[in-house]
Amino acid sequence: MPHLWLRVAVAFYGLGLIYALIALSGRREVLARIILPAVGLGAIFHFVSIAEAYAVAGDLAPANITQSESLLAFVLMASFFTVYWRYKTTSLGILVFPLVFLLSLSASLGQQPPQFISPLLGSGWIAVHITLILCGYAALFFSFVSSLLYLLQEQSLKSKNMDGVLSHLPALEVMDDIGFRSLLLGFPFMTFGLIAGCVIAQASYGPTYFRDPKILLTLLMWAVYMVLLFSRWSAGWRGRKAAVLSTVAFVAATLAWAANYFSSVHRYVAQ
Amino acid sequence: MKYCLIGINHRTAPVEVREQLAISVSDLASALRQLAGRPDVDECFIISTCNRVELLARSPEIAPDLRGFIADYFNIEIAGLQQHLYERRDKDAIRHVFRVASSLDSMIVGEPQILGQVKESYAVARSVGAVHSHLDVLLTRAFATAKRVRTETSVGSSAVSVASVAVDLAKKIFGSLQGKQVYLVGAGKMSELAARHLMAHGAAAIFVANRTHDRALQLAAKFNGRAIRFEQLYETAADADIVITSTGAPHQIFRREHAEMFMQRRKNKPMFFIDIAVPRDVDPTINEVSGIFVYDIDDLQSVVQSHVADRQREAQRAEAIIDVEVERFVNRLDTLDIVPTIVSLQDHLETIRQAEIDKVRGRLGKLTPEQELAVESMSRGIVNKILHTPITTLKTAARDAKQKDPEATTIIELVRKLFNLNLSRAADDQHEREHAEEKKEILKP
Repeated sequence: MPHLWLRVAVAFYGLGLIYALIALSGRREVLARIILPAVGLGAIFHFVSIAEAYAVAGDLAPANITQSESLLAFVLMASFFTVYWRYKTTSLGILVFPLVFLLSLSASLGQQPPQFISPLLGSGWIAVHITLILCGYAALFFSFVSSLLYLLQEQSLKSKNMDGVLSHLPALEVMDDIGFRSLLLGFPFMTFGLIAGCVIAQASYGPTYFRDPKILLTLLMWAVYMVLLFSRWSAGWRGRKAAVLSTVAFVAATLAWAANYFSSVHRYVAQ
Repeated sequence: MKYCLIGINHRTAPVEVREQLAISVSDLASALRQLAGRPDVDECFIISTCNRVELLARSPEIAPDLRGFIADYFNIEIAGLQQHLYERRDKDAIRHVFRVASSLDSMIVGEPQILGQVKESYAVARSVGAVHSHLDVLLTRAFATAKRVRTETSVGSSAVSVASVAVDLAKKIFGSLQGKQVYLVGAGKMSELAARHLMAHGAAAIFVANRTHDRALQLAAKFNGRAIRFEQLYETAADADIVITSTGAPHQIFRREHAEMFMQRRKNKPMFFIDIAVPRDVDPTINEVSGIFVYDIDDLQSVVQSHVADRQREAQRAEAIIDVEVERFVNRLDTLDIVPTIVSLQDHLETIRQAEIDKVRGRLGKLTPEQELAVESMSRGIVNKILHTPITTLKTAARDAKQKDPEATTIIELVRKLFNLNLSRAADDQHEREHAEEKKEILKP
C-alpha cells in the first residue's frame, strides 16, 4: 500500500484538527495534554512516508503534486514544533493543524497524481527550488496566522472582554515576535527558491517564461512579502495593518500555488 | 469522641472585637499549653490571623468548655462576645476546619495565605504537644483536602485585586514584564501599589512625574526610579511601556494627539495606560489608537468583579469536594475508634498464648523443629478461631454505633471491660504508623 505511513500520520493529524475545533469553542484543557504527543507521532510517521517516497523515487524532488502537498504539510508541522519549542505555545495550531490535515489528507488520497515535467528533473535544482519555496510558504503562513491571532487578541484587549478562546492566546508581543521572525527567516528561503526557479525556467523555456501567469503571481507575492517585511521592520506595523498585508501575501501565495493548475510552464501534467 | 470548635471571624465580628481575641505568634505556644492543660481537653489547636481566631479542641467524653477558656485566658466578659462567637461540633467542626484550610471561608475566597497560616499554627501545636493523635489526623486531612481543592478547581487562579488584574493585563500585552518601563504620573496609594506589583513581576525602570516635584523625588527614591519634572512629561512618556496615572487634575492629561505622537516615536510598540484617577487623566478614545490599551478604574474593577464571580462558581465545586472529604474522614474516624480495641484485643490474647507456651515448654522437653512448628500453629489457630467472631462483631458494631445504635455501643464497651483493655497507647501507635508518611509530605516546606 503506497500511502500507508502517510495515512497513519493523517489519522494523528485528525486529532490535531479536533483540538483546533475544540480550542475555537473555548475549551481545551482536556485535549491539550495529549495533543502534542499525538501530532508529534503524526509528524514522525509523516517523515517516514517522505523518506520512503524518496527511497522509491531516488530523487529528493517531489515528483508530483501530492508529494509537494505532503512535503509542505511536513514543513508546516516542523515549523509548528520549532515555534512550540521556542515560545511554548500551541495556539498557532488552531489554524496550522487544519491546514496540515487537509494537505496530508489530500496527499494520502491522491491515486494517480499529475507529474511534473521538466528537462531538469533529477538535476537537483528542482529539489532545491521546491524545498526552499515550501519553507517560504510555511513562513508566510505562520506570519499570517500569528498576525490574525494578534488582531484577535488586540480586539479583545480593547473591548475589555476576554473570555473563551482569547483567554488562552499568548501575549501580544509574543505573537508579534513569532510573526516577525517567521517573516525574517522565510524571506531568504523564498528569495533563493525563486532564483532557483528562474534558473530552471530559463534553462527550459528561455526568456519567454516571464509572461506566464504563475510567474507573475509569484513575483506579486514576493513583492508583497518585501513590503510586509519592510513595513514591519521600519515602521513596526502591527495589528490591523500587518494583518491586512499578511492576508494579501497569503492570498497571493495561495494563488501562486493554485496557478500550478493553469500555468503553461509550471504545471503538473496528468498522465 | 467530641470535637468542638469556637471562633470569631471577619463576618461575625468587626476588627475592634477580633483584636481583643487575637493571639500573637509569640504567645501561641503558651496559649496552646494552657488550653491543653485544662482537664476537659485532650488535644487542641489554635489559629489566629487578622481575619479569624479559632480554637479547636477534642476530648474523649464531654464537650470541652472553650468559652470558659476564652473568658479565663483573655480575662474578658464572655457575655459581651456571645453574638460574635460561632460554635461547631463534631462533623460540623471537621467541615469548618476543612473549609478554612481550603480558603473557602476566607474574606477573599481562594486566597492562598490561609493554608500557610494554618500549617504554621499546626507546626507550633505539634511542637508543644497540643496536637498528637486525632487532631493530627484531622489537620493532615485538612491540608490534603486544601491541596485537592487547589488542584481540581480554579478557585484560586484568577486575579481579584485591581493591582493584580493590572499585572495580568500587562502580561497579556507584553508577555514577560522583564525590562518593561513603568511611568507613574501622579503619586497615589493605589498607583504605588500597582507599581509595586508590576515590579515584583519583573518591570524595571520607574519614572515618576508629579505636580509637586518633591513628592515625585520621594516616590522615585522609594522605587529606585527617576523623578521627572511635570513639564517634561510628554517628551519622556513615549519611553514607558506602562503608564499609571492618578493625578487629581480636573482635565485630561493624555489626549489623542499625545497618543498618536507616542506611537510614532515608539514605532508602534504597544503601550498600556492604567488610569486610576477620577476624574480620568486619559482620554478614553485613545483606546482606539492601534497598539494602545487604556483601562480605567471601572474597567479594572469589572475584571475583578467577573473574576470574583468565577471564583464563586468554582467555590461551589470546592464545597462538593469538601463534602466528599468530610464524609470519608468521618467514616475513617469510626473505624479508627474501633481499630485500637481490636489491636489491643489481639495483643492481649497473643500475650496469653506466649505465656502458656513458655509454661508448658519445660514439660514437653526438647522439640524437633517440626514439633515446634506444630505447637506454634495449633496455639495460633485456636486464638484466631476464638477472635474471629468478636472482631467481626466489633467491626459491625463500629458501623452501627455511627447510626447511634445504643446496643452497638454497649457491645464495644462490654468487650473492652471483659478483657480489661487499655487503649490509649495502642491508639497512639496506630496513628503514628498510619500518618508518618502523610505528615512527612505535609511538613515539607
